[in-house]
Amino acid sequence: MTHEHRARRFGVEALTRVEGEGGLIVEVHEGELVDVRLRIFEPPRFFEGFLVGRDYTEPVDITARICGICPVAYQMSACHALEAVCEVEVDDALRALRHLLYCGEWIESHVLHIHLLHAPDFLGYANGIALAADHRAEVERGLRLKKLGNRIVEVVGGRAVHPVNVKVGGFYSTPSVAAMQDLADELRQGLEAAVDIARWVSTFPMPDHEMPEGTVLVSLRHPTEYPILGERLVSTTGLDISADEYLDHFTEEHVEHSTALHGRMLAGGDYLVGPLARFVLNADRLAPQAASLAAEFGLTPAERNPFKSIIVRAIETVHACEVALGIVEGYSPPARTAVPVTPRAGAGCGWSEAPRGLLWHRYELDDAGRVVSAHIVPPTSQNQPSIEHDLAHLIEHSLHLDDAALEALCEQAVRNYDPCISCATHFLDMRVVRS
Amino acid sequence: MSRPTLAVWKFASCDGCQLTILDCEDELLEIAAALDIRMFLEAGPSELLDHYDISLVEGSITTAHDAERIVDVRNRSGLLVTIGACATAGGVQALRNTADVAEYCTTVYARPDWIETLATSTPIAEHVKVDHELRGCPVSKRELVDTITALLAGRRLPITSHSVCVECTAAGNHCLLVADGTACLGPVTHAGCGALCPGLQRGCFGCFGPSEAANLDALHAAWTAAGISDDALHRALRTFNVAAPEFRDAAARLTSSST
Repeated sequence: MTHEHRARRFGVEALTRVEGEGGLIVEVHEGELVDVRLRIFEPPRFFEGFLVGRDYTEPVDITARICGICPVAYQMSACHALEAVCEVEVDDALRALRHLLYCGEWIESHVLHIHLLHAPDFLGYANGIALAADHRAEVERGLRLKKLGNRIVEVVGGRAVHPVNVKVGGFYSTPSVAAMQDLADELRQGLEAAVDIARWVSTFPMPDHEMPEGTVLVSLRHPTEYPILGERLVSTTGLDISADEYLDHFTEEHVEHSTALHGRMLAGGDYLVGPLARFVLNADRLAPQAASLAAEFGLTPAERNPFKSIIVRAIETVHACEVALGIVEGYSPPARTAVPVTPRAGAGCGWSEAPRGLLWHRYELDDAGRVVSAHIVPPTSQNQPSIEHDLAHLIEHSLHLDDAALEALCEQAVRNYDPCISCATHFLDMRVVRS
Repeated sequence: MSRPTLAVWKFASCDGCQLTILDCEDELLEIAAALDIRMFLEAGPSELLDHYDISLVEGSITTAHDAERIVDVRNRSGLLVTIGACATAGGVQALRNTADVAEYCTTVYARPDWIETLATSTPIAEHVKVDHELRGCPVSKRELVDTITALLAGRRLPITSHSVCVECTAAGNHCLLVADGTACLGPVTHAGCGALCPGLQRGCFGCFGPSEAANLDALHAAWTAAGISDDALHRALRTFNVAAPEFRDAAARLTSSST
């Protein structure tokens, strides 16, 4: 996989603790950074190709298989888009269950990333297992909360990875009151653990770094909620659009070093989605304890240090626990498990905030309810150009570091974005070439 | 006694089956203590050794490079266990096997000439010897823990051969197919999930692939009797285990009889 150059080269074989396979190539010539490329060589799986011809009921289960880490995000965005085509809206009670299901995925995914994938970088360990040897209580606390996130997905969705209970229009079954009461008890403890975790993460040593000036942050926005199931898309440049207008403002480019497409703004330049973007654009929508923790840590919408994404993830975990607890405590079984859906010919777009950021789907159906075309834009492909630019910026200011330290810093910085290469396709071995 | 070394490998997949290892929250630290995990990129360990006592393999073979890599993995492995529908049957990406991959490339990518891919997605066992298979999309956490425990104890590996129907009956569910006429693949699907979907009033959709001695003709007759179209059955068979021979052949028979 390595190409022979006369240049000096070094690097780690595999950039690890990311979801998927890829690599990072850094080229330095006479002390000047020449190029940074995030290589993604996850083999393509062509979901948008084989969705064509499927029944409108099927993308919910099929697109979940794009990513085992955030299947709920795929299911929700697919439901939103297909319901837009069929012109149905789910009942409030069903929407609340979807919100709860999604909170479970946020908790599971964020806590996994914080403890097993990213904390080892901040605390100087090779991985989560090594971290657990010295910080067993903290890792066990994290695993318990992660388990609760999975438990929520199981109660509402039937299964932690690739839930089976979601369909266009709602659910096949709705949870019993008893199951929800058990969840409430667990969530009260879980919320306390989430607060403790956030305080623990806030003490991590933070590299002093800001993303390049002018980086545009993009997130969904909702009139009253933190935007897990957001309605509009907003940006730090004042964009405020509906899902149908997404392609009027954003596009994807195919670059040679990646089987994930690269997201771009049509107005020019790259952009960033994910926890930090969500926080910057929606800090006023956080649940009370999450908001007070942000204030306690001095985090404001002016924050631009991507290393602090891990703190935002911890705050969002607290938020997800608070929202989930509220839904569970107010639960009574919905009047119906799903709203009736009649397929119709047309096109529709839908989105939601995956743990890693905005996930947009568009489907076109024929009058028999068959998929004519499918278009999916996952968070990591949107972030890929921004990640490259942020790394370039970081490396330019860190060339005094020796190779090992520079590589470790780059890997830590890549993980700020929790890249999901299964989503974007897949990811990482890293090489630095100095000549 | 030294701890057995473990490697977890990924080929074309969604990562969901290896995530199931990390989802064993109660057992994870014990597993990590009992096994010497040396290769598991998603979790961190990345030591390339000449030999691992146990290799868990996720994903299917979809590139020429991966076809070479799985042979290398086999050569480095004592026991090789495939985990999940991609590794055991080619996964949902095996839908390409009966389609035009060049057309898919054009649908998804602006520059198809930059994409390296095979025309097929194939299970690991078509390339190398596999010692044990765990079915499912994703694998069941319980079966995963049972298998790791059995490997550690030197016990015989747990093998099930019955169908979801057996699990469903044991769970006391009423039969969705017979009683309600709901499309359900339970009679021909390998057990392992605990009849999850029927318990939620949803017909089984075949995550665990064909059971042993699956009678697809009888299923076809039962679906027809319930008023379900051949087209619906054709699509149901063509999802996460589309390239498993029993499902693939039954779907092909439906196609040829309708044309």
